[in-house]
Amino acid sequence: MSSDNYEAAITDKGSDAVASFNDERKGALARFQHQLHTTPALVPLIVLVASIVVFGLLLGSKFFSPFALTLILQQVQIVGIVAAAQSLVILTAGIDLSVGAIMVLSSVVMGTFTFRYGMPVGVSIFAGISVGALCGYINGYLIAKMKLPPFIVTLGMWQIVLATNFLYSANETIRAQDIAADAPLLQLFATKLKIGGAVFTFGVIFMVVLVAILAYVLRHTAWGRHVYAVGDDPEAAELSGVNVKNTLISVYVIAGVICAFAGWALIGRIGSVSPTSGQLANIESITAVVIGGISLFGGRGSILGTLFGALIVGVFTLGLRLMGADAQWTYLLIGALIIAAVAVDQWIRKVAA
Amino acid sequence: MKTLLAGSAIALATMTSGAFAADVSACLITKTDTNPFFVKMKEGAEAKAAELGIELKSFAGKVDGDHETQVAAIETCIADGAKGILITASDTSSITTSVAQARDAGLLVIALDTPLDPIDAADATFATDNFLAGELIGKWAAAKLGADAANAKIAMLDLAVSQPTVGVLRDQGFLQGFGIELGDPNKWGDETDPRIVGNDVTQGNEEGGRKAMENLLASDPEINVVYTINEPAAAGAYEALKSIGRENDVLIVSVDGGCPGVQNIADGVIGATAQQYPLLMASKGIEAIAAWAADGTKPANTEGKDFFDTGVALITDQPADGVESKSVAEGMDLCWG
Repeated sequence: MSSDNYEAAITDKGSDAVASFNDERKGALARFQHQLHTTPALVPLIVLVASIVVFGLLLGSKFFSPFALTLILQQVQIVGIVAAAQSLVILTAGIDLSVGAIMVLSSVVMGTFTFRYGMPVGVSIFAGISVGALCGYINGYLIAKMKLPPFIVTLGMWQIVLATNFLYSANETIRAQDIAADAPLLQLFATKLKIGGAVFTFGVIFMVVLVAILAYVLRHTAWGRHVYAVGDDPEAAELSGVNVKNTLISVYVIAGVICAFAGWALIGRIGSVSPTSGQLANIESITAVVIGGISLFGGRGSILGTLFGALIVGVFTLGLRLMGADAQWTYLLIGALIIAAVAVDQWIRKVAA
Repeated sequence: MKTLLAGSAIALATMTSGAFAADVSACLITKTDTNPFFVKMKEGAEAKAAELGIELKSFAGKVDGDHETQVAAIETCIADGAKGILITASDTSSITTSVAQARDAGLLVIALDTPLDPIDAADATFATDNFLAGELIGKWAAAKLGADAANAKIAMLDLAVSQPTVGVLRDQGFLQGFGIELGDPNKWGDETDPRIVGNDVTQGNEEGGRKAMENLLASDPEINVVYTINEPAAAGAYEALKSIGRENDVLIVSVDGGCPGVQNIADGVIGATAQQYPLLMASKGIEAIAAWAADGTKPANTEGKDFFDTGVALITDQPADGVESKSVAEGMDLCWG
């Protein structure tokens, strides 16, 4: 061997291309299936557009108006923000049942620090966000370092945080008028921008920007790819040099911080600080994630899909209400959508098999 | 030595039985221990129990509708040898089996706030006349609008899709008070009067109130009268109206009389509310259990009603002709939460 050029061994015989899916099968359906596989947000987007078209045809301008369509955005903003946090966790093959409780506790901390202790609003908001981060850190620490299952940890955390919330707040509501007079910054996310008949609140804009940033970060940064890798196969990720524990902890901390922001947005949305609100946010966020096509088994799906999933629920809720349907029909159809979403997910997976 | 031991054992036994003989214990079982209404109810019961020397044990469901925890609580009270139970039932018809068990075991069972189904499944019911509460705000709203009441556009913000009795009674009372013909008085949503824009559910909180109001405004932006099941829902509805700049030309009425709600009347968020008295329900309930333990007397119903009426009053700063009301200042003195 005169040369130490080991690289030549592979460049001569192998290829430089990275792994990719090659679909050898023919036919429109197979191509469509392949397309869905490579673009996971496509299914919820199709469902979303279809449901808007259907309700638009049935209800006309009552539904298909800038006002009604942006109203849907306002109605899903809280769930949308919480679902963004939930998406990160579910991408790691985890689940966070404590998101709604963390959100409410953060909003209560923001309110009580301002009104009970007389702190400057900025400090109170910082305290609320810190509480969110701390709850997330405890979740992440127990899951990553103590190796406890996410379902169990967050099931416990849900109840602990909710009980803390009720004990700490003494179940007292802080009224919207007092907040508007003394601490308007708490209602920042209610600030409106009107463009014609369309109404966008800061909360809605925050939700969209948050999802856009997370979508970029997940796709184009090392941390984002690590999140997917940890969710897909933590052992393989570990072997390829990913710090699995720190990645997991960071995901839960970021989820906690996002939930705290959701709590801030919640104050804007309902005006007051109410310890009893948002108790179904954990289930609603999981619903948005599942309908949005993120796999509950981790490592697959796009956060844009989650936004579409939350919007699909919003479109159904408002559309059915405008048609005068009993509210139970909404639950029934959302239930059917959840099952359909998982079925589609399984069908798409076959492309890789 | 033996006699000494026996003697002290007897002394100990008489001492303890002497100490416990005067003790009467009672149970309070509420839907949740997080809703301020039940928090106040518990405070009222505790204060009265302390005054009468009754030992009070409190139980609550984890969430509204948590029937199983309430059943377990009744069983615990029977096993504990309590003299009576005060209960705000989550499931008014299913709980009757457990209530019958307790009554068979010699306990006095009083339903607080929410009547059982059927109402005579309990020994007595101490509650607000919820239909009357609704009727008062309905009459006030109609009187306030005057001739315009004939063209009103009404949004009905109800409690839950399961139509619990308390929500149905208030809703139907409001409609009757307003002068709208009822369909089946045991359910809401079957009325045909075109003045009703629609019904939606709020879960009795701010978030639900806002969303329900937005939904109904999307069906008809001209809504000018809003009935709300309680004051948190009313506060949420107000936020929805404020966001489209209609907070000043819509009449919101509500039920409860909690302190934040009464303050909201002063601030013009709510036009009028029907105030109920949870502290009174609970303290009267404890008195009834004390009387039952002492000589077996059962509480009597209010004249002409199948329950003991703990009273309701209309609170508003804009009195209307023909509807008796109390001022916000008076309401503040009596408010809870």
